[in-house]
Amino acid sequence: MAGMTLYDKLWQSHLVESRDDGSALLYIDRHILHEVTSPQAFEGLRLAGRKPWRLDTNIATPDHNISTDRAERKAGVAGIPDKTSRLQVQTLDDNCDHFGIVEYKMNELGQGIVHVMGPEMGVTMPGMTVVCGDSHTATHGALACLAHGIGTSEVEHVLATQCLVTKKMKNMRITVDGKLGFGVTPKDVVLAIIGKIGTAGGTGYAIEFAGQVFRDMSIEGRMTVCNMAIEAGARVGMVAVDDTTIDYVQGRQFVPTGDLWQQAVEYWRTLVSDSDAQFDAEVVLDGSDIAPQVTWGNSPEMVAAVTDTIPRVEQQASAEQRAAVARALEYMGLEGGSAITDIPVDRVFIGSCTNSRIEDMRAAAAVAKGRRVADSVKQVLVVPGSQMVKQQAEAEGLDKIFIAAGMQWREPGCSMCLAMNSDKLGAGEHCASTSNRNFEGRQGNGGRTHLVSPAMAAAAAVAGHIVDVRTMMEEH
Amino acid sequence: MQAFTTHQGLAAPMDRANVDTDMIIPKQFLKSIRRSGFGPNLFDELRYLDVGEPDSDNSGRPLNSEFVLNQPRYQGASVLLARKNFGCGSSREHAPWALEDYGFRTVIAPSFADIFYNNCFKNGLLPVVLTESQVEQLFAAVYATPGLQICVDLPAQTVTAGELSFSFEIDAFRKECLLKGLDEIGLTLQSSSAIKAYESARAAQHPWVFGAIKRA
Repeated sequence: MAGMTLYDKLWQSHLVESRDDGSALLYIDRHILHEVTSPQAFEGLRLAGRKPWRLDTNIATPDHNISTDRAERKAGVAGIPDKTSRLQVQTLDDNCDHFGIVEYKMNELGQGIVHVMGPEMGVTMPGMTVVCGDSHTATHGALACLAHGIGTSEVEHVLATQCLVTKKMKNMRITVDGKLGFGVTPKDVVLAIIGKIGTAGGTGYAIEFAGQVFRDMSIEGRMTVCNMAIEAGARVGMVAVDDTTIDYVQGRQFVPTGDLWQQAVEYWRTLVSDSDAQFDAEVVLDGSDIAPQVTWGNSPEMVAAVTDTIPRVEQQASAEQRAAVARALEYMGLEGGSAITDIPVDRVFIGSCTNSRIEDMRAAAAVAKGRRVADSVKQVLVVPGSQMVKQQAEAEGLDKIFIAAGMQWREPGCSMCLAMNSDKLGAGEHCASTSNRNFEGRQGNGGRTHLVSPAMAAAAAVAGHIVDVRTMMEEH
Repeated sequence: MQAFTTHQGLAAPMDRANVDTDMIIPKQFLKSIRRSGFGPNLFDELRYLDVGEPDSDNSGRPLNSEFVLNQPRYQGASVLLARKNFGCGSSREHAPWALEDYGFRTVIAPSFADIFYNNCFKNGLLPVVLTESQVEQLFAAVYATPGLQICVDLPAQTVTAGELSFSFEIDAFRKECLLKGLDEIGLTLQSSSAIKAYESARAAQHPWVFGAIKRA
């Protein structure tokens, strides 16, 4: 019998019941809740007279539509300017109080974007099943968790039963060997992967990211990669346990200590794919070929190296592709054949569950240090992913670097990633953004998103257009 | 949940690939704490010429007459014909809620994004996967025949439209739930003792999983 993949092991260890038709009842170890996809689930519980199966597997925090403005945040929930947003955040607080669920409220230490807060507090640990009503839940796979997004009906189902009715996915391994070049970051790696396999390339698969590039990568970097698995169509992305994983987890708030820690580590060490495991699909990239990436269209697969030009409609192979590229170029206001570095930038957003951790803040600050935002750029938002990231960045003086460069240092939340709060793009505005989706209207109606790494975003802020960050940094 | 057995209705063509959930229901409408009422804002940015807000009265808003659902021949459509990777993007269940609230009972496409596909079944909306060429034939038939009705028969697993007839695959458990309009939570709770047995075994094996997260 062939060996097991990491995904096979995680699936097997959480199986409560298999059914004849191939579906299964899978046990859920961690369920993270936020204000947007939970209200209807709590309402469903109430209407059916049900209560949560247990409490110590759930944790909540508001993130999507809270304000990132300091003055508005100081005023608490009442300070949220939009009344429907205010009601939604208040409803999360009320539901958590009513049902007894632990919540980091808006201004408490611990609050943050769900996928930044979870790993950082040790809520998620290796080997766990993790779900949340948010498609970027795959982020937690960086800790060798089986983690994916669910819909609101499933949020209610997990609350009520601690299980999910689901089917096993297929196994895909994406191997990136070699060494990343100077100035090339985890964000560039995942964008290059999406560029290669497309936004539906991973549909139906659980992806394991393997190879030297991921072995060399920090856990925060692995989170950036796993975070965008869904942008390649896969609900699940993960990386096997190694020393880096164990070192990251140790000492965090909800992580065991003493004998229990030793016992846990012993188990976690087994969370790797067996050497003879079979994958249903294999994709291989050479890390040394990857340059900083920039999206030019309205799908994350519409991506190019910063040194490239924007594709021309007539060069596309099929009528469908020609139509898609033509539509994207029209929406984005760009010309096929022009240089990626000619794309102007009106606003810059550094944040989101993809890139708002301390290493992202440091990477952006390294570029911003001693420089000024270009006069043509209207706004640069730097939004830490959590209260803890904010505290750490301020302890390192990063906030002062951003402010001195003419950038805005904000309060933790999802901010301009999805335009559910006051941070939005205006129609026609181009944004160099460290977020994860460049769909039409995603960051504001008519807004034009260019997905990039934190260093590339900071560089674009300084230059006033997309620029190759490598030309602004010294190689050590 | 509304049961789904056989549905026959007017078909509308959504002729673009990779229709994402932001397109199906834009983010500003996700602030609602209710499950219903999203229909008037389905495809909001394509459907209207102005920007919709959660509390706005949609009846007086300027319509984009070129958008397919605004064309007279597709009024009252309940079968949506779509292209590949329909529903990609976020996990928001507001997307199937909006389609269902508008009046769609089924979406036919060559492929769907995983989370969206899964969410449809929780809401009595049937996503039907046919091959690219079958979907192409249906698009051609819909364009050629104003008022074309498509019939989706879940027990028989067939799609028929005029002369065309195709069969489709569907997971047996999902089919059963949809046919009966079953409450999945109630079904799972019938396995309570298996869940409890799993929990005790797990607590013995991996004790660190439980007990750490609690209210101060």
